[in-house]
This record gives sequence, C-alpha cells and structure tokens, in this order.
Amino acid sequence: MTVTSPPTRGGRELRESVVVRFAGDSGDGMQLTGSQFTLETALIGNDLATFPDYPAEIRAPAGTTYGVSAFQIHFGSQDIMTSGDDLDVLVALNPAALKVNLEDLRLGGMVVVDTGSFNDRNLSKAGFEANPLEDDSLAPYQVLKLDISKYTLEAVKQFELGQKEALRSRNMWTLGLMLWMFDRDRKATVDWLKRKFAKRPEIADANIAALNAGHAFGETAEMPSGMLGYTVSRAAVAPGVYRTVTGTEALAWGLVAGMRAAGLKRLVFGSYPITPASPLLHVLAGLKAMGVVTFQAEDEIAAVCAAIGASYGGALGVTSSSGPGIALKAEAIGLAISTELPLIVVNSQRAGPSTGMPTKTEQSDLYQAVYGRNADAPVPVIAAATSADCFATGIEAVRLATKYMTPVYVMTDGFLANAAEPWLIPEEADLPKFPVALRSDPTGFHPFVRDPKTLARAWAPPGTPELEHRIGGIEKAYESGHISYDAANHQRMTDVRAAKITGIANDIPLQEPALGEDHGALAVVGWGSTYGPINRAVERAREDGLDVSHIHLRHLNPFPLNLGELLRRFDKILVPEMNSGQLVTMLRSTYLVPAEGLNKVQGKPFKISEITDAIRSRLER
Amino acid sequence: MTATTKPEKLSPKDFASDQEVRWCPGCGDYAILKALQKTLADLGAEPHRTVFVSGIGCSSRFPYYMSTYGFHTIHGRAPAVATGLKLANPDLDVWVITGDGDGLSIGGNHLLHVLRRNVNLQIILFNNEIYGLTKGQYSPTSRIGTRSPSTPLGSVDSPVLPCSFALGAGARFIARAIDTSQKEQVEILKRAHAHPGAAFVEIFQNCVVYNDNVFADFTERKTSSETQLYAEHGKPLLFGKDNTRGLRLKPRSIEIEVVTLGNGVTEDDILVHDQKNRTLAAMLCGLQPPAFPMVLGVLYDDPAPTYEDAVFHQVAKAADALPTTDLDSVLRRGRTWTVAG
Repeated sequence: MTVTSPPTRGGRELRESVVVRFAGDSGDGMQLTGSQFTLETALIGNDLATFPDYPAEIRAPAGTTYGVSAFQIHFGSQDIMTSGDDLDVLVALNPAALKVNLEDLRLGGMVVVDTGSFNDRNLSKAGFEANPLEDDSLAPYQVLKLDISKYTLEAVKQFELGQKEALRSRNMWTLGLMLWMFDRDRKATVDWLKRKFAKRPEIADANIAALNAGHAFGETAEMPSGMLGYTVSRAAVAPGVYRTVTGTEALAWGLVAGMRAAGLKRLVFGSYPITPASPLLHVLAGLKAMGVVTFQAEDEIAAVCAAIGASYGGALGVTSSSGPGIALKAEAIGLAISTELPLIVVNSQRAGPSTGMPTKTEQSDLYQAVYGRNADAPVPVIAAATSADCFATGIEAVRLATKYMTPVYVMTDGFLANAAEPWLIPEEADLPKFPVALRSDPTGFHPFVRDPKTLARAWAPPGTPELEHRIGGIEKAYESGHISYDAANHQRMTDVRAAKITGIANDIPLQEPALGEDHGALAVVGWGSTYGPINRAVERAREDGLDVSHIHLRHLNPFPLNLGELLRRFDKILVPEMNSGQLVTMLRSTYLVPAEGLNKVQGKPFKISEITDAIRSRLER
Repeated sequence: MTATTKPEKLSPKDFASDQEVRWCPGCGDYAILKALQKTLADLGAEPHRTVFVSGIGCSSRFPYYMSTYGFHTIHGRAPAVATGLKLANPDLDVWVITGDGDGLSIGGNHLLHVLRRNVNLQIILFNNEIYGLTKGQYSPTSRIGTRSPSTPLGSVDSPVLPCSFALGAGARFIARAIDTSQKEQVEILKRAHAHPGAAFVEIFQNCVVYNDNVFADFTERKTSSETQLYAEHGKPLLFGKDNTRGLRLKPRSIEIEVVTLGNGVTEDDILVHDQKNRTLAAMLCGLQPPAFPMVLGVLYDDPAPTYEDAVFHQVAKAADALPTTDLDSVLRRGRTWTVAG
C-alpha cells in the first residue's frame, strides 16, 4: 500500500535493530555511502555488521541489473551477529537496483526510490515492462518516492557544476536523508568529504551541501505518515576504545602483532592482485613503518616463492590470494612443507570453480587447504569466524608457523574480507608473546635437528656464522638434511612431518561449544564466516526451548583433541557450510559420526532463518 | 659464533661442501663449480653471508656442492625465492643458479621480472641447449632441427637467445662465458659480482651425455681465435689470428659486419666496445656463429639503482614519517570512540 495519508510530525519510533541496504549503479558511490553510514552508526554506539555486494566489473554498463552495487548494514542496540536476513529499508537509486534487491525486502518494509532515474530508458535497461512506481507492484511495501536527482541538482546549483558532476552528489543527498531517518550525526562524513576532496574544495562543498539538503529534507519536508524517523539505542557493549574494522584490516594488524609477538623484525608479504584478496596487500602496503615489506609479484607463484625466500632469510613470509591463486601456489607450499620453513598462506575464498564469481563469497576451499597438494603434505589450517576475529586468527597463524616451522593456511572469505564491525581495540601488552629462537649455536647443529617436543627443526637463516647448510625440496636424511633416497628414511621423514602437524593438537585449546551445553539433541557445527548466522540461529532456537548447541571450529587441521568425543555427545550433528559439504565430510571420515550438511552456494551468507528452519526440521523429525 | 678476529683467507677448496658431486663425468658443470669456488676465494667472500639459490635441473644441484648457504628450490622459481631472501636480508650476497630450461622455459616469467626489477643478485644461467635431468628433450635454447626423444624428427620452434632476452627484460649487466675457459670465466664472475643490481651471465655448458659438442663450432680450441671475440670495454672489437678481423657497422646500415683489416680497412673502422652502450650490446648479443664470432665477455654493464635499495628507502622514509611505530597507536589511528565503563 502506497501511503498517501496526511503527513505527520512527532517523536521517533524506537527500533531494536534495523537492516538497510543502499543500492544503485556501480558508478553511484553506494560503497562509499554505506561506509559513511556505517561510520556514523558506529560513532553513536550501535552494534553493527555490514555486507558490501558489488559487481566484478569496474564499470558495468550503467543502468543494467548486473551493474548494481549494494551495501547492506545491520545495526542495533543488541549484539549484532550478521548483516541481516531481510531488509527493513531498501534505498534504490535506479530501476535496476530496485529490480535486483526488492526480493530481499521484508513485506511492509520501506523502499526509497529516486523517481528522477525511473525514466523509460532506465526502466527498459532494468527489464521492467511497466514503471513499478505507477502500478501496484510495490503495494506490499511502504514506498518513499522522491525525485532525489532534482533535489540534488537544486542543492548544488550554486557550485555551477556540470549536470553529470552535480548528479554525482545524489548519494550524499540520500545519505543525508538516511542519517536523518535514523537520527545520526553528519560530522564524520563532512570531515571525510573535506579530506577526500581537499584539492577540489568546490566538490567537497557540493557534496556537503547535498548531504545537508537530504538531511534538511527529512527534517522539514512533508513525509507520508508512518515515516517519522527512527531511534536505535546504543548497544550495551564492554567498555573501552572501539573502532570499526573489516576482516582485511584486522588480519593485517593481526599479522603485524604476530610478527612482533614472535620477536621478528620484518614481515615480507608477497602477493599478486586478485579479488577479494587484494585489499590485504593494500592495507599491509600502508604498514611499512611497522617493518612490513610488500612485494607485488609477477604472479601467484612468485608471490609465494618470495615469501618462502623471506622466511628462509629469517623474516616472516606471508602470501595471500583467493582459491585460483592458491591453486597456483600449491607446489611452492609443498617446498615450504619439505624444507620446514614458516609461511602464512591467506585464502580469501570466493565462489568457484575456476574464475567463478570473484566478488561473491563462499567457503569451498577447505579441501584445497587441507588436502590440496601433491604427496603427503600436511599443514595446519585455521579459520576466522568474524571480521574482528581475523586479528586473533592472524596472531595464531604466526604462532603456529614459527613455533612449528610450517606453512599455515588462514581461511577467510569475501564476506569477512569486506564486512565491517565494531572492534574493542586490544592493548599490545595483553596479547600473547611467543618469541622465536633463531639458531646461532653451531654445537651439534644440523639443519634438520628437531625440538623433541614440537618436532620443529632449527631455524638458521643465512647470515648466521658457522651454520652454513643446504636445504631443498629433495628428500633429506633425517638429521643432516643431506639428499637421501633411502627407503626407510623417506618413511621416517614422512612420518615425522605428519607427527609434527598432528602434535599441534596438543597446543591448541580443547573445543568448547560457542553456545549451549556440551551434549544434547543437536550440535550445529560451523567454521569461518558462518559464525554469525549459526550463533544467532542457535540462540533463537534455544529461546524457543530447543536442545541445540553451537560448536564453531577455528582449527580445521589438526582438529582439537576432544572434538570427536564432544560430537559424540550429541544425538545429531548439523554442519552448515557455504559449499557442497566439505567440513561435514571431514568430520564424518575422521570421527565416524552421523553429521549431515546444510549447504548453500549462492554467493551470499546464510540467513539466520535458513538455519533455524533446518534446526527445527532436524529436531522435529 | 664467538670468532671476532678476521678469518684467514679461504681457498677455493674451502668453498666446496663435503658432498660428493654427482654430475656425469665430463660435465661442463664441474668447470663452472671450480670457477665459482675460485671466484669466491679471490673475492674473499664470507661463506655465511653467501647464498646460492637454484631451481630444478642438473645445474640447480649446484648449491649442494658449495660450503655456503644454499637453497635448492622448485622448477623455475629461484629468482622469486632469491628476491624474497633479499627483501628479508639485503646484506646477503645471493647467487642464482639456473639453466636454459629452468630459467627460460618454466621460469621465464620470473627471470624477466627479476631482471627488470634489478634485484641485486648474480644470475648464472648454464646453457646446454638441452633438458639433461629428464633425459635429453630439446630445450627453449635448442636450435631448430634438434633431434631429441621428444622431437625425433627435429625441433621446429625457434630458440631464445638468453642474452638478448635478458637485455630486452631490462638487465643492466650481461656477460657470456664458456665453461672450460676458467681464467675468463672467473674474471667475468667477478665483474658480475661487482655490479650492483641484477647481473646476468650466460655460460655455455657442454652436456656430454645428451648434447655433446653442441657449442664446438666456437669452443673448439684450435679454431677459437677465428670463432670467438672477447669484448673488452674501450677496446676495438677485434678477433682472429693476430687480431686481423673485426666488427664494424655496415656503411649506410645499422647492421654489424665482419671485416678483415687491410685493403683499405683500418682499425679506425672497427667498432670500439662501450659497455654502457645498450644498442651495441643488443647487436653483440644477437650475433650468431658461423657468420659471426661468438662474442664473449661483458657485453653490457651500466648500473642503475637496485630494487632493494628503493624498497628499503621507502620503508625507512615511512618509519621516519611517523611519530611512533608502537602497535597500540597504529591500531588507534583513524576514527575511534570510547564506551565508558
């Protein structure tokens, strides 16, 4: 029902949480709009989670459905664990954005459209046969029809920009309106615009004028009833200093924190640009002052090889990519396994196989990480659960790589890499310390002499007097490291390489449920970025009295020592994954438990409701 | 680790490891190994600061036979590993050992980029125009018509000229030597070592088993004066018995031709080698027997800033630009807010 009743003004409606999606053409600046709304939302103290969703094409043809770029934010006064299931508010700056996103708007939700962009040309490009603003196709929703284009042109008129340039401020006008609607400040955005356009103050001023005009419009214009604006209270969170953080930023800082915790002076990051992993290269390139050297290599193989060379030289070697690039690195990772050098391999997973859908999230590279190399080549694999958790995951990766002289896979995904959430900034003094002892004593030195406890070999970088030695990918005699084709020796070396990785299970925490009891009718087991939706779904099910627990794995190889025992204490095991069933197969083969999968590969995170439905169906069976 | 006094000068033997050398008897690699051990001894190299990084192939077994640090990596990737090593510790003296298959086929991309980046390394490419370790298939430097297990009717694809490739990639030092010419080889390796930046040396290495005498047309000692030209900076490009033949620019052209002194041709007509002249280097790299002598020695040496110097200059500048590099302040840079307890 399109509301046409007389306007009202008055107090704001109180909401516990809201999901807003900004959608427009990829040239409309939706990611910037969303990021600024996120910042203002964080600053007033809401908890939040975001989900940027953008096309792979840099400039897809304007007005088409495949050129639509969107940014979703879920914010509230409660603990926000996901970027939200259904939208409360959809902002659609053109017909294509409406076409693509309307299905995610809840019935009764609000859609804000720029009527100025709903012309015949754009309607036809979006595939609309009739103008949806003029028939009853939007009847189930509240529709706010505003000629944002016209209002923006009026707001920036005094700056005498060309029409095209002037219309670029549409996103800021829209942002102003949304900031009014949810009662948040504009100051951080004004500051940001001034900084961003410091060299073109007229553009900064035009954008600020548009932003203020959008806000003033909400304040003064005659709005349809039911649109009074909303208030979302502060979330109750632990005291301390906060910032928003994406998984990419948190991981970059975690790796640097890990380097320092290990007492290493230098981190060498070898990387080749690939979506959605490249932002890690960008963030680390800005951390040179912290001892980070970034190397944009000629290809994925050179990137990992340079990282291996750096670790050989006594620095922390790190490489990063997404599935297709990790595939190219596989042989070199085998070299690092064979030469037993520290190496961190970050995989920001995306939808595949092959090129797949580069900007869409998935977690289908678990097999690749755990099994995806020639020969018996075990490596530890760990995964981050949330954007902020990428910090701790980065530190843990450095700990394992340096303590056990091994490559370590860090699994994130396109969602975690881009999604932002508030983060209680830790103090370095409170972080774990695990200083590395580089070998310098020549007495009894052999390159493959091992620590009896960890089975890690000595790390003796070139430059160390009297420890000159040769290593390589050829099989080595057990201690001396000399080339050996001896049959029994190969068995022994294969066994010790495996035992070293298996032994890590003694050095990681026992698995505890993230939510619920350590026994019961149903365990929902997850890994990686499914943490949010699983946790919230299990919480809701438990509120409804269902006997269900959430178990979330950080360590995927080796598994925690007690995992099998823990799983066997549940009648049923459900494993939601954004793949066709990888962890579930590993759990079944490792523990012979009757785990079953809940699988989705649609380039989007799980909705909470999808998991609660599955929980109910398992428990009601 | 307690030794602080200056060590005694090491001999070539001190640079040999205790491992038995396992190349085929008569392999040219032995001569190169000997030349490199002598080079390091002559240079007074410190074994603990010296690293040999190799790929895969017969030549890439090289690091195992040196008493220095060594890393036998994977096929074609030694330049990338060496680059990372220099980024971890730019003070190391790093030699990359590669072959024609390793460096120009599977690792061609990395060789291109390590040269254009100008990483401070000595890159020694053992060219034997064959895949030895995999039992004799033709390689990317094999001449058209090379018969091998994989090309029983002769190879049909055109070979790459290693020095021309290196120059095209942007190398600032290019030299050529013959495995058995110890004296010249050691001099060339020292020159490569002295060059700041990526120094590329092609060594013609005879594979006695799969490609014996493939370079004999210019390495044969009896005729070598007529088939080799040893280029020296500032000297005319003369060769032949009694230096009676030379290279000059063909009049009204930009081609090199071989002339014999006399009959109106004097030494003044002969090109003078200028190691900083890239155009001349390109011509010398491209000359092929039998129409031309094989030009050996340092064909090009024109240093430019090295990659790691530029990288660490930026790192130092970035650190200087910050008031503090403590992690706590880095994490709090940008927009933060405080939730009161």
